[in-house]
Amino acid sequence: MAKHHIETTVNGDAVEFLCETEDTLLDVLRDTLNMTGSKEGCASGDCGACSVTLDGRLVCSCLVLGCEVGGRRIETIEGLAQGEQLHPLQQKFLEHAALQCGICTPGFLVASKALLERSPDPSEHEIRFWLAGNLCRCTGYDKIVSAVKDAAATMRKG
Amino acid sequence: MAENGTNGTNGQGYVGTRTIRPDGVDKVTGRARFGADFNLAGQLIGKVLRSPHAHARIVSIDTSKAEALPGVKAVITRDDFADQSSEFIPAGEMMMNYKDVVRNVMAREKVLYEGHAVAAVAATSTAIARRALKLIDVKYEVLPHVIDVVDAMKPGAPVLHDDLFTAGVEPKPDKPSNVAKRIEINLGDIEAGFKKADIVIEREFKTAPVHQGYIEPHAALASVSEDGATELWCCTQGHFIVRAHCARLLGLDIGKIRVTATEIGGGFGGKTVVYLEPLAIALSRKAKRPVKMVMSREEVFKASGPTSGAVVKVKMGATKDGKFVAGFAELKYQAGAFQGSPVQPGVFCAYAPYDMENVKVIGYDVVSNRPKVAAYRAPGAPISEFAVESVVDEIAKKLGIDGIQLRMMNAAREGTKAAYGPKFGPLGLEETLNSIKKTEHWNTPLRKWQGRGVASGFWFNIGGETCASLTVNEDGTVSLMAGTPDIGGLRAALTNVAADELGIPYEKVRPIIGDTGSLGFTFLTGGSRSAFSGSMAIVEAAKQIKTELCARAAKLWELKPDQVEFSKGYVKALGAAAEKFKPMSIADFAKIAGKTGGPIGGYGRINAQGAGPSLGTHLVDLEVDPETGRVTILRYTVAQDAGKALHPAYVEGQFQGGAVQGIGWALNEEYIYGDDGKLQNAGFLDYRMPVASDVPMIDAILVEVANPKHPYGVRGVGETPIVPPLGAIANAMEQATGIRFTELPMSPPRVLKALKEKAAKS
Amino acid sequence: MARVVLIGNLAQLTGGVAEFNVSATSVKQLFDRLAELHPQLGPHLQEGVAVAIDGQIYQETLLEPIRPDSEVYILPQIAGGSADRALRIPAGR
Repeated sequence: MAKHHIETTVNGDAVEFLCETEDTLLDVLRDTLNMTGSKEGCASGDCGACSVTLDGRLVCSCLVLGCEVGGRRIETIEGLAQGEQLHPLQQKFLEHAALQCGICTPGFLVASKALLERSPDPSEHEIRFWLAGNLCRCTGYDKIVSAVKDAAATMRKG
Repeated sequence: MAENGTNGTNGQGYVGTRTIRPDGVDKVTGRARFGADFNLAGQLIGKVLRSPHAHARIVSIDTSKAEALPGVKAVITRDDFADQSSEFIPAGEMMMNYKDVVRNVMAREKVLYEGHAVAAVAATSTAIARRALKLIDVKYEVLPHVIDVVDAMKPGAPVLHDDLFTAGVEPKPDKPSNVAKRIEINLGDIEAGFKKADIVIEREFKTAPVHQGYIEPHAALASVSEDGATELWCCTQGHFIVRAHCARLLGLDIGKIRVTATEIGGGFGGKTVVYLEPLAIALSRKAKRPVKMVMSREEVFKASGPTSGAVVKVKMGATKDGKFVAGFAELKYQAGAFQGSPVQPGVFCAYAPYDMENVKVIGYDVVSNRPKVAAYRAPGAPISEFAVESVVDEIAKKLGIDGIQLRMMNAAREGTKAAYGPKFGPLGLEETLNSIKKTEHWNTPLRKWQGRGVASGFWFNIGGETCASLTVNEDGTVSLMAGTPDIGGLRAALTNVAADELGIPYEKVRPIIGDTGSLGFTFLTGGSRSAFSGSMAIVEAAKQIKTELCARAAKLWELKPDQVEFSKGYVKALGAAAEKFKPMSIADFAKIAGKTGGPIGGYGRINAQGAGPSLGTHLVDLEVDPETGRVTILRYTVAQDAGKALHPAYVEGQFQGGAVQGIGWALNEEYIYGDDGKLQNAGFLDYRMPVASDVPMIDAILVEVANPKHPYGVRGVGETPIVPPLGAIANAMEQATGIRFTELPMSPPRVLKALKEKAAKS
Repeated sequence: MARVVLIGNLAQLTGGVAEFNVSATSVKQLFDRLAELHPQLGPHLQEGVAVAIDGQIYQETLLEPIRPDSEVYILPQIAGGSADRALRIPAGR
């Protein structure tokens, strides 16, 4: 069967690629587009390490097919920083030591950004439940929650 | 609360401050490259065929159809690995030998667990590789299997290895069994001890196998050239160990293999052994192209190294005043398909937090049809200390003495004789107990169905062979190269040390982890040793630089060596000469390095000794929902002795991360096997690890009782935090429900069942 | 004479004798003397033991000094974070 030819937008850039029917968006990002910032932890949507946003909606890219994203808007970890300027979430994760091995960090940053777009002043409870789809095995989540709260405060100050 | 992200404070130095980790920007932008992020032009994809049976003899393997499939460039089986003689390393209680390693990497006579590797292929795409696996025809003679440790010890149990005879028993058995070894430690006179006791408590405990749960699956990329020179990229805790294993298994000179440790997405002990690496090299050698292999999550659960499930019997005696007079324990640990469970450290650590005259601990290392156990954070200790801390709690409650008070009365201190022999140096257990006692947490009242539990924990920590170098660049910046992979913030800690040792700004030091071609043998990142040993090696390297700079200055200024000294980043002339000669910085010397003898650098090559144990005490409040059996952790405090926290935030991170792994182990995580010996929950949905909504903030109290054997007083901290949670949570459950849970995990179905049984009895 | 104690299963290789008084000024000398007394113990001392001298644990150090009145414990090697601590043998050995 012929591959699908897909035209889409990734982090604001027009992108096109070929993929098999069964290729996930994660496979396409990592293997076809060489964007390895999104990680595969489980390939079954349970760990969130592959988190991206699709038309502004937080999704596990391992649960989206490559051939589904034609004409849509994808945002990945690679698009979070603006040139040399880190996003406040990235800066706060560093300041709070909210990462140890760092494999889950791209997923957490994408998910946290999606949270703050909807809820600029989230409670600890809200943060924890929104991020419940992202597994971290190193930090115990404490410093991640602190970093997200601090980033939210910084972003509210504008 | 210390300011976050400050790089140095008023010239007081960086050690002990919360600097921004040098490798951080790459990690928050997705630029950092982990094991599966590396690719080489022309690479093939490797996949592994794994046994569907828990125990079977391999009758035949026919790979011909797979080899004929277009796109398949190599297929390997047991025939591609030379057998290894039983090089049995004597006296190591937790050992494995190469005869076992080669069989774990690729099954030979038998498959010994579901998921055991039987063959592997390298093909031009993942899809073709998967199709090729289906074309490999393996004929099995299925055998009865056994998984549970007690079942595996019973006479008549299916025997995994007919050349395994229990070591450590007299007379030597003449029939093989699944009991690889029996070990024992004895202190004092246990029977006399129990005679002195006013209260004796005896309990039996059971734990299930759990997985380290790293989010990154194993990955390796191998490229073998025509002359046998091999390059390997893999996510590992020990690239020098990987090199040694691969050299041995593939019959190569060690120097012919160069291993690069990629960034690693978690290890916790589980990435200290080889699985894919020898396979990738063997395939690349055969295919004459690079081969990339990555495990799926299912493969990680089925075919890497989850820790032991165990049965532990504990019997303790105490006087009515609370003095522990006798401690007995018998541990039976699963080793998995090949011998080598962590029963020895389990035996040594069981009573280690306490000063006791009479201790007897027996341990059994037992094989069974599940994956070979690999290390998991303080291997063996969480299990045995869970059992002892539970019984200590019972003693406390029966005598009406609070848990902190009782532990304080019996705490090991400097000079205490450990049950496993030597006397302790300075220890921080008392300080951690006092810290917990002072918290608001300890003094907060509880409601119905809520419970509070406390437990302490011990881990030895190790040193070991370690290399690190410091090179001064032409502009005075310094390149730091360490030999221990960074699994959680090491580069930040080492940069703090290097900057302070040389008296230069933090930003002027750039750390990397060197590959195996760049440094001398460095033991793996484990045993809570990387900051401890790495910083010692950096101190040594810095010393060499300082000595060298002083020698050059003395020559330049025509002074005697004792007329110059290095202080705070500068070489200074002393005494009268100070007027004549301006101090010279490292950058000043760097500019004239060539003219004064050559490039400036230091290379620390040590076998770090003097590791000091790290003791910790945890306090947990929880609430049980009597309708669902669900347990909510309400509040959690960790107090642990770090000796000296080179970087406080990453030390706190170890406390918090280990505590949450312990929470998962205590409440939800377990391997669930069917009667067919197959794993039923090989994914994150049903192997339930804690998520952010399962846990509260984890308060971390940093205790610092300096380790006199380390230049900064450092103690390793990474492993101890996973030891106390199991006991602390079980003790809190007892207060919340009136039930002493002796089986882990205390998952909702078990809790509900126990609550119902208790209600039915009354 | 240093007082030397064998911990764990090591005493099984000496016919049950767990305590010795040995004259030795370094770990290497101690191991050589013990191997002379009990040849079965020899290979085990070369690989896979830790030594505690006056309370301080050392692993894989032959050259560490022992004082005349030292108390020395010989234990099975302490692993940590790795089940294969004892496995560091060069290829071809």
